Amino acid sequence: MTTTGIVGYGAYLPYWRLDRTAIAGALGSGGGRGYRSVASYDEDTTSMAVEAARRAVRAAGEGYSPYAVWFSTTAPAYLDKTNATTIHSALGLPSYAGAYDAIGGVRSGVGAMKIAGTSTMLGVVSDIRTGLPGGADEANGGDAAVAMCFGKQDPIAVEIGGAAAVAEFTDRWRTPGDPASKQWEERFGEQAYLPLAEEAVAAALKGAELEPTDLDHVIVSGLHARAARGVPRACGLDPATVVDDLTGEVGNAGAAHWALVLADVLDRAASGETIAVIVLADGVDVRLWRTTDAIEAYRERRAVPTVREQIAATRTDLDYARFLTWRGFLHREPPRRPEPDRPASPPTMRTHDWKFGLVGTRDETGFVHLPPARVSMGTGEVDRMEPVRMADTPATIATFTIDRLAYSLSPPVVAAIVDFDGGGRFQCEMTDVDPDAVRIGDRVEMTFRRLYTVDGIHNYFWKARPAATGDEIGTGTED
Amino acid sequence: MASHGIRDKVAIVGLGCTTFGEHWDRSTDDLLIDASNEALGSAGVALDDIDAFWLGTMGSGLSGMTLSRPLKIDHKPVTHVENYCATGSEAFRNACYAVASGAYDVVMAIGVEKLKDSGYMGLVVPSPAHDGTASQLTAPASFSFLAPAYAEKYGVDPDEMKDVMTRIAWKNHRNGALNPRAQFRKEVPAETIKCSPLVAGPLGIFDCSGVSDGSAAAIIVRAEDAHRYTDHPVYVKALSFVSGPATGPIDPSYDYTTFTEVVKSAEDAYQQAGIADPRAELAMAEVHDCFTPTELVLMEDLGFAERGFAWKEVLAGTFDLEGELPVNPDGGLKSFGHPIGASGLRMLFECWTQLRGEAGERQIPSVAAGKTKALTHNLGGGPGACVSFVSVVGSEPDA
Repeated sequence: MTTTGIVGYGAYLPYWRLDRTAIAGALGSGGGRGYRSVASYDEDTTSMAVEAARRAVRAAGEGYSPYAVWFSTTAPAYLDKTNATTIHSALGLPSYAGAYDAIGGVRSGVGAMKIAGTSTMLGVVSDIRTGLPGGADEANGGDAAVAMCFGKQDPIAVEIGGAAAVAEFTDRWRTPGDPASKQWEERFGEQAYLPLAEEAVAAALKGAELEPTDLDHVIVSGLHARAARGVPRACGLDPATVVDDLTGEVGNAGAAHWALVLADVLDRAASGETIAVIVLADGVDVRLWRTTDAIEAYRERRAVPTVREQIAATRTDLDYARFLTWRGFLHREPPRRPEPDRPASPPTMRTHDWKFGLVGTRDETGFVHLPPARVSMGTGEVDRMEPVRMADTPATIATFTIDRLAYSLSPPVVAAIVDFDGGGRFQCEMTDVDPDAVRIGDRVEMTFRRLYTVDGIHNYFWKARPAATGDEIGTGTED
Repeated sequence: MASHGIRDKVAIVGLGCTTFGEHWDRSTDDLLIDASNEALGSAGVALDDIDAFWLGTMGSGLSGMTLSRPLKIDHKPVTHVENYCATGSEAFRNACYAVASGAYDVVMAIGVEKLKDSGYMGLVVPSPAHDGTASQLTAPASFSFLAPAYAEKYGVDPDEMKDVMTRIAWKNHRNGALNPRAQFRKEVPAETIKCSPLVAGPLGIFDCSGVSDGSAAAIIVRAEDAHRYTDHPVYVKALSFVSGPATGPIDPSYDYTTFTEVVKSAEDAYQQAGIADPRAELAMAEVHDCFTPTELVLMEDLGFAERGFAWKEVLAGTFDLEGELPVNPDGGLKSFGHPIGASGLRMLFECWTQLRGEAGERQIPSVAAGKTKALTHNLGGGPGACVSFVSVVGSEPDA
C-alpha cells in the first residue's frame, strides 16, 4: 500500500483522577459527577507528549523513524523555545528530523496532526486543562496526550476526506499567562458552532462521496460541550454511531481530546470501518478515516496500553487540595530546604543524550554505566564504550527509601535503586506510586518527567514508575 | 596499598575545641579565634611560633584568608582544605605531612564550620553548574539504604534493627551528656529515640546527627621536639585517606552493607600503625556516626566486629563507655552535631583528652588499663561513593 496513514498510535492518560464530587466536598458546590484525569505534579504537556510518543513509536514497530515531530498544545511548557525538540530528543531522533510546535488554540492540534499525516511524520497533541477553583473548566477539563505515527508501511487507517469551516468569533479565550480561560454566554457559542458543523460535515461527506449512514463511528469533540452535543442532530447523523466522548471518565483534554477518542475507537474498530472526527474549535474541522485490514494484525502485536486499560488502572483518590497544589492554585509551605538551582544550559547540552534519552554507555565486557562514563569501571579502558539507551528497558527495584526531607512539590520523595534487565544500575525517583506499597523486587519502567522548574527552566529527566503488567498498569504492590 | 606512613614522626602538642552548638552569637571568625587560642595555649606557644596553617572548611569561607584575616596572621602559608565530611581530618593529615617532610617545625591544623546561619534543615552542599540529572537525595535518605540492606543480609528483624539503631543513638547521647563541649548534653530515653518522627526510610530524627557550629585546632611538631611543649604529647601512628571510585550507585554487586573505602583506609592505617587486632589494641575510637546505621556498619568495616555480628555487639554494650572498646566516648556526631570542617579535629581532641587521662567523669577505663592507642574515622559522601579517613594516634612512641 502506498497511501500515507496511521501506522502506530499511543495514548497517554496520567495516573491520577480527580473525583469531581471532591470539589463540592471542599467548596460546597460545583464539580458534578464522574472523574477527570489529572497530570501529576511532575508532568507537563511536553512530558506527557513524550510518554504518548514513546508508545506510538513502539506500536509503529521496529525501524519507524519520522522525518519530523509536530507538537500541539494549548498549555506549552515554553514559549520562544520549541517544545517539540524535547520530544525529539527524548525519542532519540536523528538531528535531521524536524521538530515543530503548533501551540495556542485547540484548533492547532487538528492542523498539526493534518500536516504530520502528509508524510512519514509524528504528530503529538497534549493538553493540561483546568480553570479557576469551583468553575466548570476545572471540573470538566482533563489531561492527556496522544501521538500518531504516520507512514506508508501497512497503515491501519487512512484519511479518506475532510473539510473545514472557519469563522471568527469570540466564544472562549485566554490571555497568555492567565491561569484560566473565559467563555461567552453558552447559548451564543452553540448557535455559532452548529451551522458551521452542518457546513463542514456536509462538505466532507460530499467530497468523500459518503452518506451519513456510511459512518461507523462519529467522534464529536469540542470544549463547548453543549454545542458538541447538538452536532449529530444538526448534521443528521445517526446517534447510535456517536461514540462515548470519555468526558465522564477523563474530562475534556482540549487539543488532545479528539485524538484521545480516536485512539479509543481505533483500539476496537474492525477493518474497513469509517470514522468521522468532528472538532469544534473556532469553527469546525471534519476528518474522515477508514480502517484497513492491517488493524487486526497491529492490535495483535501492539504492546502499549489501550485507552480503556488506562481508564481502568488509575488512582481516583486524589484529594482536591493536592490537585489545587499541583496546578498552582494552592501555595503550600515549602520545607526549610533550599530550592534546587536551575539546570545550566551548557552541561545540559553536553549530556543531552543522557538527560533526555537516558542513554548510558556499555563497555567491552557488557557492563552498563549510568550515567555514561568514558572510563570503564571494570577494565579501566578509556573511550571503549558504546551508547546504550535504557529508556525503554524494564527494571527491578533493588532497594528504595522514602525521603521526607528532600524538596518536592508532592512529598515525600520515593527514591529507588533500580537494576535494568540486561545490566545497568540507576538511582532515581519514583512517581505514580504509593510510598507504602513499594517493595524490593517490584518491576518498574522508566517515565519522562519534569523534576522541577527553576528560573523558568524545566528540569526534565527520567523517573521509575510501577510497570504496566499484562493488560493493566501495576500498582507497585507485587513482591 | 602502598603508603609508607609517618609513624611516630610527628606529635600533637596542643589542642583546642570550642563548644559545638547553635552559636547565634559567634561568627566563623569568632570560632576560629577561640579554637586557635585554646590550641596555642594548650601547647604553650604564640601565634608567631606557628610556621604554617591548614584550614579545613567546606562552606564557611574560601582561601587561606578565611583564617589569616581574623587571626591577623603575618604573611604565613595558610592552605584551605576541603574533602567533604573528612575536611577537618584532611587539614590535620596534610599538616602532619608538612612537618614530617621537614618543611616546617610547628604547624596548626584547624577546622571550622558555621552551618546554622543558612537557616535550612540538614546539610546544604553547594554544587557547580549541572545538568539537573544528579540524584537530589538528602544525606539521611542516602544513608537510610544501609539499614534495610544490613537487616536483610544478616537476618535481623526490622524491629530488632530499629533497637540496634536506637541503642547506638542512646549510647552516644549518654556519652555526650557527660561532655560540656557537646551540642546535646542530655541522655535521651530509648523509647523517645525509637519513636521519633521519620526523616528518611527507617531513620527517625534521633538516628541523625545534628547540625551545629564549631571549630577545633591542633598544634603539630616533630616527635623529637614534642617534649619541649608538653609532658604528654600524642603521637601520630597512622594517617590514611581514600577517595572511592564512586561505583556503588552504578554497580549491581554493591549491596549497601559496607563502605569499601573505609575497609581500605582502615587496612592501610592498621598497617602503618602496626596494629594486628584493632579491637584488642585500641583504647577507644571516634567514628563518623552521621546516622546510626553508619556507626553499625563502621564497626565491621573498621574491624571492631565480625561481619554480620556488629548488631549483636552493639546490643551487648561492647562499644559503650564501659565496654570492651568504647566508641565515640565524647558523644560523637550525635551529641556534637557535624560542623563539617571541625569534626575530624574534634575527634582528635577526645583522643588527646582520653589518652592523657583528662576526660573526667567520662574517662574510659581502658587507658588506665594500659591501652595507649586511639582511632579517629571520618567519611564523606554516601554508601557506595565516599571518601574515608582513618587515623591512629597514641600516647607512647613505639619502641
